[in-house]
Amino acid sequence: MKFGVLVFPGSNCDHDTYNVMAEVVHQPVTFLWHESSDLENCDAILVPGGFAYGDYLRTGAIARFAPIMQSVKKFAAAGGPMLGICNGFQILCESGLLPGALMRNAGLKYICKQVHLRVETTDSPFTHALRAGEVLKIPIGHMEGNYFCDAETLAQLERERRIAFRYATPEGAVTPEANPNGSLGNIAGILNEGRNVLGMMPHPDRSSETLLGSADGLRIFDSLMASLATK
Amino acid sequence: MKAHVYVTLRTTVLDPQGQTIHGALRKMRYQGVEDVRQGKYFQLTLSDALTLPEAQTEVERIAREVLVNPVIEEYTYRLDVL
Repeated sequence: MKFGVLVFPGSNCDHDTYNVMAEVVHQPVTFLWHESSDLENCDAILVPGGFAYGDYLRTGAIARFAPIMQSVKKFAAAGGPMLGICNGFQILCESGLLPGALMRNAGLKYICKQVHLRVETTDSPFTHALRAGEVLKIPIGHMEGNYFCDAETLAQLERERRIAFRYATPEGAVTPEANPNGSLGNIAGILNEGRNVLGMMPHPDRSSETLLGSADGLRIFDSLMASLATK
Repeated sequence: MKAHVYVTLRTTVLDPQGQTIHGALRKMRYQGVEDVRQGKYFQLTLSDALTLPEAQTEVERIAREVLVNPVIEEYTYRLDVL
């Protein structure tokens, strides 16, 4: 199984993500430069966090025009699994691979802390090894993580059970107090229609080793690994 | 020719920056401000080779496809013939 980590000018979690795949999950992994259009036969694509193209104009707005994104869109349309983390989530929304947009945090502050996520669906390659309703401890680090979409899209996401994670208390209660950034419905991560693309603001790449305070993020990568293995 | 493009959050979208500015204006006792919405302004200098209708088409395309995220934003623009 081979993983590809996209690299844009300004990506800064590309090495964290690469390190998890190479040193923790122990899988072949390669960097994919934004100007290339070759996905090098990767089985899954990871869009890392950072500030692609300096996040000028809007977060992820310029990255979506990168040559690699044309190949990435075809890969996603063919059902290829893809995980966008933080800035990666923002890029996937701007690209139209996921619905909605990520706005400035409601409190207007950059937030970097451990948060708790309630697993909302196990019906995806990224979450099928988790239990619905269980709570993961995974950190966030963002200024624009305030998920927004129109009422119709939100209803569709709910109806199709495409909300993967919601911000919650350590006990798993989805409350306004547990919402760090003002996201609609405490949404921390969503799936596309085909359930093969997941975007999430929290960083599983920063929580895949106990030394980092939590290894809960690893369970998402392990889940993805297991689902690729059964294909 | 210059194009002036104004991008603002859609009226249905909460604007915490605008709200904060509004709150500050109230605290500073400025009178009669009922709401503040913050936005972005782009100035595009266009080639003289473009006719007015061509410029309109191009500016609208740029605004729609690049400058605006239609999920949260909308735009208006003005063309100045120099």
